[in-house]
Amino acid sequence: MRQLNYSKAITEALREEMRRDEKMIIMGEDMGVMGSVFGLTIGFMKEFGAHRVIDTPISENGFTSVAIGAAMRGLRPVVEIMYVDFAMACYDAIANQAAKVSYMSGGTLSVPMVIRTPAGAGRRSAGQHSQSLEAIFTHIPGLKVVAASTPYDAKGLLKSAIRDNDPVVFIEHKSLYFYDAKCDVPEEEYLIELGKADIKRAGDDVTIIAWSQEVIHALEAAAQLAEEGISAEVIDIRSLVPLDFDTIRNSIIKTRRAVVVHEAVKRGGYGGEIAAQISDELFDYLDAPVKRVAGSNVVIPYSPALEDKIIPQTGNIVATVRELLHGGKNAVFTNAV
Amino acid sequence: MVIRKYGRETLIKFYREMKRVREFEEKACELFAQGMIEYNIHTCIGQEATAVGGCQALEKNDLIICTHRGHGQCLAKGGDPGIMMAELFGRETGYCRGRGGSMHIASIDVGILGANGIVGAGIPIAVGSALATNILKTTEITLAFFGDGASNTGEFHEALNMASAWNLPVVFFCENNKYAVSVDIERVSKVKDIAERAKAYDIPGVVVDGCDVLAVYETTKKAVERAREGLGPTLIEAKTYRYHGHFEGEPQVYRTEEEMSEWKKRDAIERLYKEIIEAGFASAEELADIDKEVKEEMEEAALFAQDSPWPAEDEAMRNVYSNDNERSVAR
Repeated sequence: MRQLNYSKAITEALREEMRRDEKMIIMGEDMGVMGSVFGLTIGFMKEFGAHRVIDTPISENGFTSVAIGAAMRGLRPVVEIMYVDFAMACYDAIANQAAKVSYMSGGTLSVPMVIRTPAGAGRRSAGQHSQSLEAIFTHIPGLKVVAASTPYDAKGLLKSAIRDNDPVVFIEHKSLYFYDAKCDVPEEEYLIELGKADIKRAGDDVTIIAWSQEVIHALEAAAQLAEEGISAEVIDIRSLVPLDFDTIRNSIIKTRRAVVVHEAVKRGGYGGEIAAQISDELFDYLDAPVKRVAGSNVVIPYSPALEDKIIPQTGNIVATVRELLHGGKNAVFTNAV
Repeated sequence: MVIRKYGRETLIKFYREMKRVREFEEKACELFAQGMIEYNIHTCIGQEATAVGGCQALEKNDLIICTHRGHGQCLAKGGDPGIMMAELFGRETGYCRGRGGSMHIASIDVGILGANGIVGAGIPIAVGSALATNILKTTEITLAFFGDGASNTGEFHEALNMASAWNLPVVFFCENNKYAVSVDIERVSKVKDIAERAKAYDIPGVVVDGCDVLAVYETTKKAVERAREGLGPTLIEAKTYRYHGHFEGEPQVYRTEEEMSEWKKRDAIERLYKEIIEAGFASAEELADIDKEVKEEMEEAALFAQDSPWPAEDEAMRNVYSNDNERSVAR
């Protein structure tokens, strides 16, 4: 089958949807002439025209709000916030405007738009260009939040997000743009429904729940653990809101242990939410507390010597699973059914 | 005399529309004082000419973005007072089925693209609507109402800049009522007229007497025609004054009785009333009949709201999302 990398898959999703729906527009900084700073929309302005591929001024709150107004009028804008960190400069537009329109209008208006935003660390970009802020969006009712880990998922989910009638925050890990692994991406059209998790690797002893780039680390960890005879199941939730808890539940009933992995800062991260839901509903099935492997509660440092230490790596996941199974210093096994 | 340019019918309509706004607000104040309206309201008594003059310059399919002080704007655009009042009451029959309340009336059918509780936030949304008009190749223009307070937000500047750069069919309509809650615009801006700020974006900026409904109408009409011809946005600043506090019961320690009575001497409704009578377009009796009809209309609106059902409790979780709502609110 034809293979694509992550950024090419996203480009293809955007191009196909632009060709399919004349009401779709792309807006953001450097999206037109330059084709976006990460090169995802190169050639788009030529193919679709400057009226549909719009270079905006550096006015995040302004142009995100413009997209909201356009969406309320029936267009389908896909806005790029160049770095998710910059979304903090337009949080009013996202949280107080886009997210609220459907409900506050009694369901008479909607905002069919996608906010694509590169996120994540590992590229030595320091504290204002490296964060993982997905939890902030999940906290706002009215927003859907998606974070794909593979080229196949990115394409299918983005196409669904574009066709969705609600504001969707679509988080793309920057490191995945440059991740050289390709995967099979069919040339014929396909969609992936929002809110469906994917079991990326089946296993019996422990459930590792992850999204975005941490899925890659989780799969590496699972491979290493397999050599030690530990069978880990890796669930890529893909969509944080809506969340496919059924897949998580079925897995944990089988494995009785769970580790949630995310790159975002641990404190207030979405892993805490998932862990709480597991504790609430599956307490009797658990053989151990739900563990979180997550970013340290710190500003992302510039220096490589520091950055790699505060972002969860494969080894951290392996170590946590070992503790869970063999009883490490933090593991407490008291909840056996 | 300017008034001679207008026929009796138009003048009576302007008078009636302004009376409707005032009467709606007076009624809402009364109901709020009685505890019938849950949350405090921001009334536009004193600002009737801006809402009416602005909206009369628009076609039915044109769109407006309203402010937190937006009852007059909604009513003037064609909103039904009963459905509006029901929204203030939080009832299922309101424009937003009671989910938005006083500050958030929206109705695409009436051409109200929403009102905002975040000062300034509606201005770029109006620009987005104007962008849609251009891309969809339709004809409606969008008018954004906002206050003097909003003119100091980043959204104002970002919106004017984009609308100017992209030459969009939008009218920026500033109701400068002098105060952002308690803060006099002169204390937080060195620019004498907000309309001057249009220069920064190379678009026309016009100051108009916001107590003169005909002047507001003419100024807005020009801006609307300009936008419709594809000549881009205009910034209108209408100098006006609100007679009540920022919200009902607000102590108003920031202004004097003298200032208030000076402004009330310029009352837009009284002014048009005098002009109509002096020019012989209608008698005092005819205008009194209109006053009576308007009063009855607003009484009926209040009764409609009072008699309307509350939203069903099991509806609370609906409409957070337009599709896949149940799953999206479940966790």
